[in-house]
Amino acid sequence: MDLAFTKEEIAFREEVREFFKNNVPPETRRKLQEGRHLSKDEMVTWWRILNKKGWGVSHWPKEYGGTGWSSVQHYIFNEELQSYPAPQPLAFGVSMVGPVIYTFGNEAQKKHYLPRIANVDDWWCQGFSEPGSGSDLASLKTKAERRGDKWIINGQKTWTTLAQHADMIFCLCRTDPAAKKQMGISFIVFSMKSKGVTVRPIQTIDGGHEVNEVFFDDVEVPYENLIGEENKGWDYAKFLLGNERTGIARVGVSKERLRRIRALASKVESGGKPIIEDPAFREKLTACEIELKALELTQLRVVADEGKHGKGKPNPASSVLKIKGSEIQQTTTELLMEVIGPFAAPYDEHGDAGSNESMDWTAQIAPSYFNNRKVSIYGGSNEIQRNIISKAVLGL
Amino acid sequence: MDFDLSEEQRLLKESIDGLLTDAYDFDARKKYMKEKGGWSKALWGRLAEQGLLGLPFAEADGGFGAGAVETMIVMEALGKALVVEPYLATVVIAGGFLRHGGSAEQKAKYIPGIIDGSKTFGFAQLEKNSRYDLFDIVTTAKKKGDGWVIDGEKFVVLNGENADVLIVTARTKGGQRDKSGIGVFLVPADAKGVTKKGYPTQDGLHAADITFTNVEVGADAVIGDPENGLPLIERVADEARTALCAEAVGAMDESLKETVEYIKTRKQFGVAIGSFQSLQHRAADMFVALEQARSMSMFATMASDFDDAKERSSAVAAAKVQIGKSLKFVGQQSIQLHGGIGMTMEAKIGHYFKRLTMIENTLGDTDYHLRRVSEGGGLLA
Repeated sequence: MDLAFTKEEIAFREEVREFFKNNVPPETRRKLQEGRHLSKDEMVTWWRILNKKGWGVSHWPKEYGGTGWSSVQHYIFNEELQSYPAPQPLAFGVSMVGPVIYTFGNEAQKKHYLPRIANVDDWWCQGFSEPGSGSDLASLKTKAERRGDKWIINGQKTWTTLAQHADMIFCLCRTDPAAKKQMGISFIVFSMKSKGVTVRPIQTIDGGHEVNEVFFDDVEVPYENLIGEENKGWDYAKFLLGNERTGIARVGVSKERLRRIRALASKVESGGKPIIEDPAFREKLTACEIELKALELTQLRVVADEGKHGKGKPNPASSVLKIKGSEIQQTTTELLMEVIGPFAAPYDEHGDAGSNESMDWTAQIAPSYFNNRKVSIYGGSNEIQRNIISKAVLGL
Repeated sequence: MDFDLSEEQRLLKESIDGLLTDAYDFDARKKYMKEKGGWSKALWGRLAEQGLLGLPFAEADGGFGAGAVETMIVMEALGKALVVEPYLATVVIAGGFLRHGGSAEQKAKYIPGIIDGSKTFGFAQLEKNSRYDLFDIVTTAKKKGDGWVIDGEKFVVLNGENADVLIVTARTKGGQRDKSGIGVFLVPADAKGVTKKGYPTQDGLHAADITFTNVEVGADAVIGDPENGLPLIERVADEARTALCAEAVGAMDESLKETVEYIKTRKQFGVAIGSFQSLQHRAADMFVALEQARSMSMFATMASDFDDAKERSSAVAAAKVQIGKSLKFVGQQSIQLHGGIGMTMEAKIGHYFKRLTMIENTLGDTDYHLRRVSEGGGLLA
C-alpha cells in the first residue's frame, strides 16, 4: 500500500497543470469559478483546444483518438481539470454515445461519428428520460416504427440537457411494442435539425435554462442510424450508464468550491470578524473537507482497482461515489449560501454580471445552491444508487 | 499509488484471520472474558507464537520490522473478532514508546517480554480533568537524587489492572496545561506506592484507576527527554488512534455483515425483512459509511510515513472524525435493523456496538478531532 504518486505521475500532473494554465481562456475559468453558465462558443472553443492537444477523448481506445493513459493518469487529468477549473468534455458525446458507437457501432458509423464527437463538430444530447419514465426508464414510450429504409419516430423526451445547442441526439426508442419492456428498445441516433423535432425550454428553479423537453412528430430517420442490433438498446444504455464512472464523484469540483469558500469566508465579516474565525462555521467547513478527503480516497481505491484488474463490469462502488459525491457538492453550495447570508437574496434575471455591481461576486451563489439539488436526482437518483448497492453489493 | 496488500501482508492477514476464526468465536470470547484478569493468557501465547506480538519491532530488537500497514491488518482482524486481549496497550502503545523513544537499554529490557508474550503494559495518561488533551497533566515527577518520585492519579488505564509495567505521563516542570515540562516514565506495576482499582469496561475490556503515591523510580525509567516528552506522546497517540481506526473498520465490517445476514433470514409479514426498501436503503447507507471509514483508515495508516508531524497528526485526526461518524451510524443502525434481538446481551451485534462506541471516546472523540483539524487550518490547505 502506498499513497504517493510515482515520479512519472507527478510529472504528468505538472504537464497537465501547465497546459491548463496556458490554454484555458481566463474568462471561461472565471465564469466557472463564479458558478456562471458558459456560452456554447466558450465551451466549444475550449473543447477544440483540448482536442487539438490530443486530450479531447482521453479515455477512448487509442485507435479512435484516445491517449492510452493509465487509470491513475485519467484520475489526475480529471482532478486537475475539475479543480482548475476548466469545462469538462461534453459527457453526452465523449463519455456516452462515443463509447457506445466504438463498441457496438459499425465501421461506417465509427468513421463518420467518432472524429466529429472528438472535435465537437456535432453537439450531442441524450434522449433517455420521458415524462412518464424517470427512474423506471425501461417503461419509455417514444416509438420508432420501421417503414422501408426509414424509422418514423414519435414521442417525447424530457430533461434533455443543453438540447438547445444540440446537433445530434442519441435516443432510446421502443421498436417492439409486444416485447417485455427492456427487450423492445433500440438505440437510434439522429439530427436535431430533422423535420418534426421541437425543443421547448424548461426553466429550472435557479432561473437557468439547461434542460428541455424534446418532441418528435413523425420524424424520419434513415434506418442505418440504428446503433448495434435492433431491440438491444437497453443493453447499450446500461453499458453507457455503467461506463460513466470517471469523475462521477466530482471531487475536483468540490475541492475547487471548498477553496473558494475558505477564501470568501476570510473576507466576509460577521460579528466584527471574518466568518472563517467563527468556530461553528469553520468546523462545518472542516467536516466537509474531511468527507471529501474520504471520498477522494474511496475514488482512488476504485481507480487503482481498475488499473490492476481492468474496467470489466460496472463497479457498484460507483454508486458510493455518486451518493457521497452529490451530497458533498450540495453541502459546498450550502456553505457558500451561509457565507454570503443576506446577500444571497438579489436575483439577477439574466443570470450574468449582476445589475448591482457590488453584488457581482454573490450573484450566482443562491442559483448554484438551487441548481445543485439536481445532482442527487440525475444520473440515477441517490435512491436508485442505494437500490444498486443493496442488490449488487449486499445481496438483499 | 497502490491500495493492494503485498504478498507477505496478504499472508499475514490470512494467518491472523485463520487463527481468530479458529480460536475466537463468540463463545470462546465469553470464556476468555471469564478468565482471571478478563482475557486469555493462552490466546495471548498463540499470538506470540505466530509472531504477532513482535510485528512492529526492529529485527535488531527481535521483531519483524513490520510497518503501519501490518498493524492495520492485525487491528482490523482483532476488531472483527472483538478481541479483548491487550494488543493496543501493549504492542501498539507501549511498543510505540519503546520503539520511538526508548534507549538501547530500555529496548533490551522490555521488548523481549512483549514479543514472547510474558509481559503486558498499560498506558497511564488520562486524568480527572484532562479529558482528551494529552498535555493536560497534574501528576508530577520530581527529581530525587538520580531518580524520580511520581505522585498523582490516572484513570481508565486500559489493561491497567493486569499490566506488568505502566507507562506514565507526568509533569516535570510548569503548569497543568503547559506543553513543555512533560516526561514519560516506565513504572513497574508492583512498585511501592502504586495502588490500582480495577474494573471491566462497557465493551468487555478491563481498565483501572491508578494512584501513584511517592512512587520512586530510577533515572533509567525516563523514556526520552523528561522535559519534552509531548512530541513522543503525540506520535504514539497518533499510532494508537490509527490502530483504533482499523479496529473500528473491522468491527463495522462485521457488524454490517451480521446485520445483512440477519435481515435476509428474519421473516415478518411472510417475507424476509431485507426485502423492504427502507431497510435496504439503511443497509446501503451503512455500506457507504463503512467504505468512507475504510478509506480514512488507510489514509491514516499511510500518513505514518508523512515527514511533516503536523500533516501526519491532521490526517490521523481527520480519520478519527470519519471513523467516529461512521461507527456511530453503523453501530446504531446495526441494533435498529436487528430489532429487539439486538438489545440482548446474548446476541453478538450489541457487543460490536459497545466496542465501537468506546473506540469513539478513546484518545479523542469526533468533536475533539474535528476541532483539531479545524484549528489547524482545515484539510485542504
